Amino acid sequence: MSLLVRTTDDLALDTGHEDAVLPGRGRRTRTLAWLGLALLVVLGVVVAAAIVSGTAGDTDLPGRNAGPSLDHPFGTDRLGRDVLERTLVGLRLSLVVGTSAALGSGAIALLLALVAVAGGRVGEAVVTWLVDLFLALPHLVLLILITFALGGGTAAVVLAIAVTHWPRLTLVLTAVAREVAGSDHVAISRGLGHGRAYVARRHLVPHLLPQLSVGTVLMFPHAILHEASLSFLGLGIDPSLPAIGVMLSESMRSLSAGHWWLALLPGLALLVVVKLIDTIGTSARALVDPRSHHL
Amino acid sequence: MLSAPARIALRTARVLSLLFAVVVGSFWLMTASPVDPVQAYVGADVAAIGPEQREQIVDRWGLDDPPLERFGAWAGNVVTGDLGQSQIFGEPVAVVLADRAAASLALMATAWVLSGVLGFSMGVLAGVRAGTWVDRVLSWWAYLLASAPTFWVGLLLLYLFSVSLGWTPVGGAVPAGSLPGEATMLERLHHLLLPAATLSLVGVSPVLLHTRQAVVEALGSDHVAFARAQGETPWGLVLHRVLRNAAGPAVVLQFATIGELFGGSLLAEQVFTYPGLGEATTQAALRQDVPLLLGIAAVTALIVLAGNAVGRVLGRVVDPRAAVLAA
Repeated sequence: MSLLVRTTDDLALDTGHEDAVLPGRGRRTRTLAWLGLALLVVLGVVVAAAIVSGTAGDTDLPGRNAGPSLDHPFGTDRLGRDVLERTLVGLRLSLVVGTSAALGSGAIALLLALVAVAGGRVGEAVVTWLVDLFLALPHLVLLILITFALGGGTAAVVLAIAVTHWPRLTLVLTAVAREVAGSDHVAISRGLGHGRAYVARRHLVPHLLPQLSVGTVLMFPHAILHEASLSFLGLGIDPSLPAIGVMLSESMRSLSAGHWWLALLPGLALLVVVKLIDTIGTSARALVDPRSHHL
Repeated sequence: MLSAPARIALRTARVLSLLFAVVVGSFWLMTASPVDPVQAYVGADVAAIGPEQREQIVDRWGLDDPPLERFGAWAGNVVTGDLGQSQIFGEPVAVVLADRAAASLALMATAWVLSGVLGFSMGVLAGVRAGTWVDRVLSWWAYLLASAPTFWVGLLLLYLFSVSLGWTPVGGAVPAGSLPGEATMLERLHHLLLPAATLSLVGVSPVLLHTRQAVVEALGSDHVAFARAQGETPWGLVLHRVLRNAAGPAVVLQFATIGELFGGSLLAEQVFTYPGLGEATTQAALRQDVPLLLGIAAVTALIVLAGNAVGRVLGRVVDPRAAVLAA
């Protein structure tokens, strides 16, 4: 249960009730359209960030602290840097953090789910204990401790986020794996003399892949918001880099001077990207596991 | 099936094992850090102290002892109530924690109660009116806030109410220039308003969404259909047949999120420079105060585990079926 990063992965909300009128293909097409659109926008952010990354750090002191205009849609900061360009580069950094979390924590979750189901009673007890252990500290405090142990800095934060986002996905995957492990074909395979490792690899993993891919996408929002939070506190990404958390932390200094765009716009951009990735995840889940969408 | 006392004993042992592991793990993380504790303590003056003085500090703190021995010494002190000395505040860790906890308690308790009550009522409303515009607006709002960074919400509130409108103070727990003891109750509340609003605002969304789900499910169940067939009024249905079904998960959830509320308070206290436990955590991490960090890790783990346990017990009281299912 994460309040800090309040996702709603575990809730499948039937969002549109007019869908009842448009069953079957209409809904599927629309979900696909949302998925495509969200993917396109996220890709657009990456491409745009690549284009502007060269000029994002350029200072322009005469034009500093200017509000949003046509030249600078997000305004400029106290050194005259274009806030939109910095925001785009910061968002790309967020996506990198999200990707590393997806790869790192996704792999850990898959491994632990297999151990929990194929490893017998001991395996299950160990995995649930580990999950409880990682949920025993507020996530932000855990991240602070691990970042500290790694000596701080950008790499430390990315690594800390990558290795702490697996508990919830592990629980989801374990539940799915347990269901599969109880099915007839697994019993037959065991009866034919196949070992636990073989069953895990050949019979469990293929069934876990859809949930794993959806779960890793839904991990992005958590990871991105945690990175931004740590950076905001000054414990995350190197303050000289344009990360959203760093920019918002800097914006606090000039908030009383009325420079609202420095706080509002980068945060809003982050919110939009997080929502988009959430849309990608939930749409993909609706396609992979339609039942979850009809509760 | 285990008897009740055996189950309780088993659960207690499990919680204690987790707490112990958190403490050991935190200690290990601190010793594994490449950060030089002496340099962190002395700060910029590190060039001014000679090798002999450094040697003395290392000796005094036992930094050259093997990790297991250091842990033994530290744990021995903790058992007697001595959490060590905070380097940045120059006071015992226990004193710092108690001081800060008092300020944070007001903030977190307000936010916790507000988000719980508001989230539950809005969730029931959304669930009962599922499919209508009321439900749409509430659900959309909850989903939006679920993706919003806490500190950003705080920044926006700060700009709107403190900077633009000037209704609320810009930061702190008491008016600038006055000592904590001098501030009146009203002044304190005035300073509490925005941080508590930030935490409540973002804390509403999980309770709201889970409650909505539980209400929708309960309304679709057989016992509600039966009650309706017997002529129960719509509001009677909600009051007598649905509310209790929805309350169980909401109570468990609200207690389970206490730990994350603490995470949120780290951010809210940073935005509003509110001198609570969260701000102390940030300072301890920024200025590498190992004893204080260890104390905070232990205390927050205790809060999280206790919150989970209380939530589980209360959840069973509210919804006895949970006990049957879990057994």
